[in-house]
Amino acid sequence: MLEVLNLTKDYENKPLLKGVSFEVAKGELVCLLGSSGSGKSTILRIIAGLEEPESGAVLWQGEDLREVPTHKRGFGLMFQDYALFPHKTVAQNIAFGLQMQGLNEEEITRRVQAGLESIRMQSFADRPITELSGGEQQRVALARALAPSPYLLMLDEPLGALDHTLRTQLIQELRAILHQSQIPVIYVTHDREEAFGLADRLVILHDGVILQQGAPQELFEQPATPWVAEFLGLGNLVHGVVTQTNPLMIKTAFAELTMSNRSKQFNSGQECQILLRPEDALFGAQISAQDNQFECTVRDSLFMGEYHQLELLCGESTLFARSQTPADIGSRINVSWPAEKIRVFQDL
Amino acid sequence: MTKRPALLTLALWLIPLAFLAYFFYQPLVAIFRLVFSERFSQGWDLFEWSQISKPLSFTFLQAFLSTILTLVVGLPAAWLFAKFDFPGRKGLRAISLLPFILPTVVVAAAFNTLIGPQGWINQALMALFNLSSPPLKLLNSLPAILLAHVFYNTSIIIRIVGSSWSRLNPRLEHAARMLGATPWQTFTTITLPLLLPSLLSASLLVFLFDFTSFGVVLMLGGPQFSTIEVEIYNQAMNRFNLPVAGLLSVIQLGITLLVTLLQNRVNTPRYGKAALNPERSALSRPHKRWQKAFVIFMVVSLILLFAVPVLSLITRSFVTLEADRGQRGEVAIGLTLRYYRELFQNRSGSIFYVPPIQAIRNSLLYSGVTILIAGLLGTLTAYAMARRARFNKFLEPLFMLPLGASAVTLGLGFLLIFNRPPWANSTFPLLIPIAHSLIALPFVVRTMLPAIRSIPESLREASRSLGANPLQVLLKVDLPILLRSLLVSLVFGFTISLGEFGASSFLSNPHAPTIPVAIYRYISQPGALNYGQALAMSSLLLLVCGLGSLLIEKIRLPGEELF
Repeated sequence: MLEVLNLTKDYENKPLLKGVSFEVAKGELVCLLGSSGSGKSTILRIIAGLEEPESGAVLWQGEDLREVPTHKRGFGLMFQDYALFPHKTVAQNIAFGLQMQGLNEEEITRRVQAGLESIRMQSFADRPITELSGGEQQRVALARALAPSPYLLMLDEPLGALDHTLRTQLIQELRAILHQSQIPVIYVTHDREEAFGLADRLVILHDGVILQQGAPQELFEQPATPWVAEFLGLGNLVHGVVTQTNPLMIKTAFAELTMSNRSKQFNSGQECQILLRPEDALFGAQISAQDNQFECTVRDSLFMGEYHQLELLCGESTLFARSQTPADIGSRINVSWPAEKIRVFQDL
Repeated sequence: MTKRPALLTLALWLIPLAFLAYFFYQPLVAIFRLVFSERFSQGWDLFEWSQISKPLSFTFLQAFLSTILTLVVGLPAAWLFAKFDFPGRKGLRAISLLPFILPTVVVAAAFNTLIGPQGWINQALMALFNLSSPPLKLLNSLPAILLAHVFYNTSIIIRIVGSSWSRLNPRLEHAARMLGATPWQTFTTITLPLLLPSLLSASLLVFLFDFTSFGVVLMLGGPQFSTIEVEIYNQAMNRFNLPVAGLLSVIQLGITLLVTLLQNRVNTPRYGKAALNPERSALSRPHKRWQKAFVIFMVVSLILLFAVPVLSLITRSFVTLEADRGQRGEVAIGLTLRYYRELFQNRSGSIFYVPPIQAIRNSLLYSGVTILIAGLLGTLTAYAMARRARFNKFLEPLFMLPLGASAVTLGLGFLLIFNRPPWANSTFPLLIPIAHSLIALPFVVRTMLPAIRSIPESLREASRSLGANPLQVLLKVDLPILLRSLLVSLVFGFTISLGEFGASSFLSNPHAPTIPVAIYRYISQPGALNYGQALAMSSLLLLVCGLGSLLIEKIRLPGEELF
């Protein structure tokens, strides 16, 4: 439905977007994930027509939107600070988009009521905006953006201004409302919990380019670059040097590890990074003879509920690992990461 | 501070209150007494209704028209400064703020050099078409008054509306556009309602200034146009009809008070942070073609409006344009420093003749005394206001009232009260700096108060605990922190006093005029030399006020506004 083609945009004479392309399919919820300042909001503003790209295009059902002004695009945008009209009541805010469509009073009243119901705020209709709490404002902003039934809904860090408890609660609500509406959604956030909790597909933006896009599970299992792995918090990233190519062996600061090579070409002496996920670690009796194993000192052992998180000192390096059993702090322990579970990144 | 007895606060109030009671409220009461005692002894028949209604309706008419025109020019200008970044933005903003600090006589003289019979436009037309008399009769017309008022007050719209426009969250407009509003619908349903409080407040302020305009109307309107202010002056000084002047003053005071109250009411912020721009600046370069065209058009128009009259005044003060008698249209144009040289020469001819240098000396002296009085009283008042005392909320309005009373009313009141011993005759001119102090006082208080409030009490407590006595605290803690604001208010008071015309025109001794009074006198007399001297003095005054405002801009704390 929506195609974003090769967008470039400068900000204060520095390139902010360096050729960004992605698509949003019908009914799909795409999460645009990136650290703050990566240009996520700017992409939304370009799609909305509030800003013009230096080059590139935005297509809606194959039609170039370049000449279509913002108010004729029929897209909804929910702002990070909600941008609720302070001189209007809750109901008047929700009604605004419907009035702009020239609907009759009856229809407007009906749809404002429906909007208030969907966010469970019927009794707030005549309240001034300035009297609402952050969570209430967030819901009104969502209802206002949804009321005119936009072709596409964009949400710019919609939960960014709220505290953590409220956030987790609102993610659930948001997912229910968005899935019910069947509208394609672009959701911008820097919070990976939010992204994983909502997205059909994730698009990772870093340094003006898209590093990777795909289903959450795909990104989780196959992060494309060390940056993605680190940004998603997938585990220990360790620097190493290839010592042997078949079978692939990589020497790190604390051990030489074997791993199964999946079709990538390596050269001896090549530098690389490897990902050791905490949940893949094996201890003691779990380790079989052919696994990579090495000895570490237990620095710390934390009970996390379903597992114990161990902080291990291996040579000079610190690694995190999950264990089903606690370990004595200061004790020496054998740990292993199975060859087939280690991911290697050639680019640094 | 709260722990200290209210006694100290009262002591701080004492001198300013006594000053205000004697020099402001006593004259005011005198005007009221005059009006109502005349009314009881002779009935209302004493007042011819037309003497009141004619200036009253004209005052309303011109103030209304001026305000509308100012909005027409000021709103696009406010938008320009609120939204666009362009080369020369800072310079243009500085130029646009210049009129506000210019004395009325300077503005009147400037427009005289542009559209007057001896002004550039008429002289050029006469030379071009070989005419014997000035073809444009713009001077002494309503358009001349309106033009000068637009020149004067556009800066108010730019400051008040422009600053609230630039602080308006641009995402509100974006949200409206996303919800399907056209740019025009966005303006009418979102932008305009949110700007309304500042728009109303600015408009009322402009209306107030236009309503109480004295020098501009007197000098550009000529005898057939009389606002209340001018009529008060005429009745008091030319016809010696003090009761009518008093009645006009009372009416004037009532209306200005009403407008001021209204202005304070609409001025209160309504939406808190909800409508505020979260980012520091929303300025953008004009990139669309219509935006570029708008910016260029506005920049050119504003330069024309603001710079041309000023440049016209300065250039005209260096030029002789004497069409010699008998030689039709033969204009001898020449550069000259003669008008400036004449300022320092003593040509006694008429008994009322006073050498210009004497007027300059008088003005400097009065301004010096003014900043002494206003600085001292203003600082005391601000200290008193900064303290938390229950009676403060009753005393504070007393000090802001002089802002609403016009200078002419003040002059009239002084005339009634002090035109007898111990003030009469020789000491009378001493009243001028006192009147100027009353006019400058609210500005001093407004500048000093936030600065005093900004000093945390813990700073004083810390220095006391380190062994400083109260005087040392005042000198070592308060004074260095307040120095900038004090300087700003002193410079501001100085320029106010130098340019003040309304009260001075009542109080100045014929033999000891101030600069503005002298300018008015020279410019209303025939002859190229008189005209030239008025222009030379105006140019000098312009220079001093320009330097003063530059100095204020340099030393004032960012974010402080003078009104």
